[in-house]
Amino acid sequence: MSILVNSATRLLVQGITGREGEFHSRAMLEYGTPIVAGMTPGKGGQSALDGRVPVYDTVAEAVEQTGANASCIFVPAPAAPDAMLEAAEAGIPLIFCITEGIPALDMLGVYHVLRAKGVRLIGPNCPGATSVGEAKVGIIPGDIHRRGPVGLVSRSGTLTYEVVQAMTDAGLGQTTCVGIGGDPIVGSNFIDMLSMFNEDPETEAIVMIGEIGGDEEERAAAYCAREVRKPMAAFVAGRTAPPGRRMGHAGAIISGGAGTAESKRQALEAAGIRVADSPSQIPALLRGAGVR
Amino acid sequence: MKLQEYRSKEILARHGVALLEGIVASSPAEARAAAERIGSPVVVKAQVLVGGRGKAGGVKLAATPAEAEARAAEIIGLVIKGVTVRTLLVVPAAEIAKEYYLGLILDRASKAVTVIASADGGVEIEETAKTNPGAILRLPLHPLIGLQEHNVRRVAFFLGLGPEQRKAFGPIMRGLHAAFMASDADLAEINPLVTTPAGELLALDAKIVLDDSALPRHPELEAMRDLAEEEPSEIAAREAGINFIKLDGNIGCMVNGAGLAMTTMDLVKLAGGEPANFLDIGGGAKADRVSAAFAIILDDPRVQAILVNIFGGITRGDEVARGIVEARASLKRTVPMVVRIVGTNSVEAADILRQANLITADSLDDAAAKAVAAALAAGGGA
Repeated sequence: MSILVNSATRLLVQGITGREGEFHSRAMLEYGTPIVAGMTPGKGGQSALDGRVPVYDTVAEAVEQTGANASCIFVPAPAAPDAMLEAAEAGIPLIFCITEGIPALDMLGVYHVLRAKGVRLIGPNCPGATSVGEAKVGIIPGDIHRRGPVGLVSRSGTLTYEVVQAMTDAGLGQTTCVGIGGDPIVGSNFIDMLSMFNEDPETEAIVMIGEIGGDEEERAAAYCAREVRKPMAAFVAGRTAPPGRRMGHAGAIISGGAGTAESKRQALEAAGIRVADSPSQIPALLRGAGVR
Repeated sequence: MKLQEYRSKEILARHGVALLEGIVASSPAEARAAAERIGSPVVVKAQVLVGGRGKAGGVKLAATPAEAEARAAEIIGLVIKGVTVRTLLVVPAAEIAKEYYLGLILDRASKAVTVIASADGGVEIEETAKTNPGAILRLPLHPLIGLQEHNVRRVAFFLGLGPEQRKAFGPIMRGLHAAFMASDADLAEINPLVTTPAGELLALDAKIVLDDSALPRHPELEAMRDLAEEEPSEIAAREAGINFIKLDGNIGCMVNGAGLAMTTMDLVKLAGGEPANFLDIGGGAKADRVSAAFAIILDDPRVQAILVNIFGGITRGDEVARGIVEARASLKRTVPMVVRIVGTNSVEAADILRQANLITADSLDDAAAKAVAAALAAGGGA
């Protein structure tokens, strides 16, 4: 078992003929992800990835012809909100939006429309998710993983890879690794993913990677104290970040003294979660909590 | 991106918010001319993007044009939190009966544009939130239909406005909201919003912070950027497509990915050093971007060592290594460089780096420790 994606996923890639879309679709296919369709308006009837994936003009047509049940979006920021809405309209229940730089006010409307339809959105500005050995959706490198008992959720991209690599090197494998995105408005938050991991029988322990800005980590800590009995370890990036500056991610900003790494660390520790000073300490913290 | 007060007011006035039009001045003579044109006592206000300018002596009352000239001479050149005052706003002085706070933010938790209002205006809202949280109204607006008349009334009644002022409040609240939506703001605030003894309602100060992700579709707002108040190195980085923030330390950092870039800074600090910058080079780490990043980092004379941390992932590590070696060859100044590359072909990458006399590291902890040691050896201390 795993969360979000597995071998039953039938993936549609929106923007499959673009540079990023094609490059990462190839990597997903090589990993074994079932990509059933691509979508690029005006290129319907063609095929992508050396003839392995049929391309459609609309998401509705792709769903009708292939039974796609998840979508991964690589289209540029100005067109991404529309791409998410099109996927939701066509009945896709699970959407990953990799695109970075979408205006926050555009995301507000998309967020509420998708939520009302019961669509699960991961991202935007996220690396996607990998269910190890089953399917990878997005841009997380496939070869850093090892199958095992730990679920991982993060707001970051390369920092996630860093932590996954450290775990794999230490012999600690993963069920699913998911990046929820670094924007202020994202479709799914820590608690959404934590509750999925909490209910997944194969996930025995959970790692959470946070960063400065907002109060999602604090809310997640309160949720974990209440609901989660699986061992956990965490890391929060940005202890040295100056206040009032946007640290690369649109959501990573300490404003009005709120959203500091210290506040998040305290909240997590108060919930009984071990917080690492460096990503390299995460495997030891998990071992210390009895994870094998 | 933060807008100066005079720019923020320009936008609010365009959307019908009642305020006293001011005149921008950049010399004492211009301030005098502005005061003459206004023809009444004025307030001379430093235009800087940092807070606390009143306490720092950047806002002064002047009864006559001659006084305005004198006050302007005092304020121009004043350094407020590291920023030198170059521009002034000269506005008619207003008599104040009561001060309020009125703001709109994009609230991440409620996923809604949210009104923040308080009858305790004139102080920072964060201060009120700490000392008297009950005095603050937080009202999330409907995400799809926006500000409604009952929202406007709710805020007006919360602020305790009388019947006449409630009438005047409508256009202010609606104008602030329209300005927020039209300019893709993260924050738009009027602080203080005041009532005068005559019962008028006026916006005396304003601040708008824009969503950087939306700037590409607002060239007219991008043109309002105050380059004089930005670090030259940050301007150069933005032009090169690099995410860069200058800090005070002596260890330059070059990393791919924002989360990993923050973590690299944190580990430099943990190893006893001080990071000189945040730098996210973005995906791919192409040679030209690496060159630009090195030049930007080394522009800071305090930098005594550079820590490069690239999690290649799908990118090939040996290509990144060659890019770094090439970029380094064209630099004007060199400092010790510790390079850590993870990803495909990282072993080949390490060979290339060693042959070029760069210090390599296997782990991020090790890389941070070596960078701190290299900076110490270069004579800078930590």
